[in-house]
Amino acid sequence: MATAHGAEHGTTPTDYIVHHLTHLKVGEGFWTWHVDTLLMSALLAILVGWVFRAAARRASAGVPGKFVGFIEWVYEFVDGQVADIYHGDRRFMVALALSLFTWIIAMNTMDLLPLDLPGGIAALFGAQYWRVLPTADLNGTIAMALVVLLLIIVAAIRAKGVGGYLHEWVSAPFGNNPLLWIPNIVLNAVELLSKPVSLGMRLFGNMFAGELLFMLIALLGFIVVGATFGSAAGFLGQVVMGTAWAIFHILIVVLQAYIFMVLPIVYISMAEEHH
Amino acid sequence: MNVNATFIGQMVVFAILLWFFWKFVVPPIAQAVTDRQKKIAEGLAAAERGQKDLDEAKSRADAVVREARERANQILDQASRRSNEMIDSAKQSASAEGDRVLASARAEAANETSRARDSLRREVGALAVAGASRLLEREIDAKAHAQLLDKLAEEIARG
Repeated sequence: MATAHGAEHGTTPTDYIVHHLTHLKVGEGFWTWHVDTLLMSALLAILVGWVFRAAARRASAGVPGKFVGFIEWVYEFVDGQVADIYHGDRRFMVALALSLFTWIIAMNTMDLLPLDLPGGIAALFGAQYWRVLPTADLNGTIAMALVVLLLIIVAAIRAKGVGGYLHEWVSAPFGNNPLLWIPNIVLNAVELLSKPVSLGMRLFGNMFAGELLFMLIALLGFIVVGATFGSAAGFLGQVVMGTAWAIFHILIVVLQAYIFMVLPIVYISMAEEHH
Repeated sequence: MNVNATFIGQMVVFAILLWFFWKFVVPPIAQAVTDRQKKIAEGLAAAERGQKDLDEAKSRADAVVREARERANQILDQASRRSNEMIDSAKQSASAEGDRVLASARAEAANETSRARDSLRREVGALAVAGASRLLEREIDAKAHAQLLDKLAEEIARG
């Protein structure tokens, strides 16, 4: 999916990959900000919000147009998924699922852009590095997972009250014996923290691996330096494998977004259950 | 790949997007979808009602047509019966009239015959008297011999 132009970024494949895996940063230490991740995700959030808001303004009980019909189709798909899992007033849950699903799809889709195109455009604005895929940045996926974690805790407290929630921390799952408080708390902490970690790491891992594979495929064309047999074969390999991986990657883009949409609903639904 | 302050910014971005979807995207779409579902359900119910009405009207129309056809058949039957009766009675009265005419003609003929016979008898009687008086060469007093003459005439008439 890319025409490698290694000369710009260094001459070795390692340089090429390292360059593509480096964020555009400002700040130091913990207070480092990935400008590319923040800007891309914000832009895509604005795009997704604007598209859905445009459809929501036009939606009426009458005959929907093609655009509104498509957005309503997405809404009804998400609504159906949520309705299967979550019983109760699901307006907020649908908003959560819909925003996660659409935003993650939008961000994941950035992986299908030609590998060197975003960096090239950023270079025009003087940016030395540009990683276009916010979901291949652990910060991006963990941030969403942490919001989900907060929502899980809020939902549990809303359903059981602060006392009930704290009581569950010490008494479930083994029982309300003071000797068992410590094991209960440890287990609950593991259970609670494993949710955002697995959510965030799963999406990050999938997208990072996909991005990396695109880079490795692009390296096949890296060696195009003259009309030799090897360079021609490498270029052909890049085109064929890049195309195949891109088509397969469409599945991952949607599938990971779907997983990241469904699991938070499952978690919140579980958190509201009484043990 | 290291986690740093970026995730705080990402959380803010996601929180804003979530709030935006919650407040401004999902409610209108949900409203429109529910409204449309209601509308479609109403439309379907109305269509069903219309279909039922149509079926009812059809069966009612069928009944009316059937009834009309029966009535028409009845009227036709009645009319043909009536015409047959009229023809029969006309035939009967005509034949009765014929009989009557025939009988009166016969009676007339019989009268005529007897009248002719009477007058003939009288003429014959007169002729006989005339003949006899010629034979006797004298006038027969009709009055004097009236009894005789009548007897004669009667005999002629009988004979």
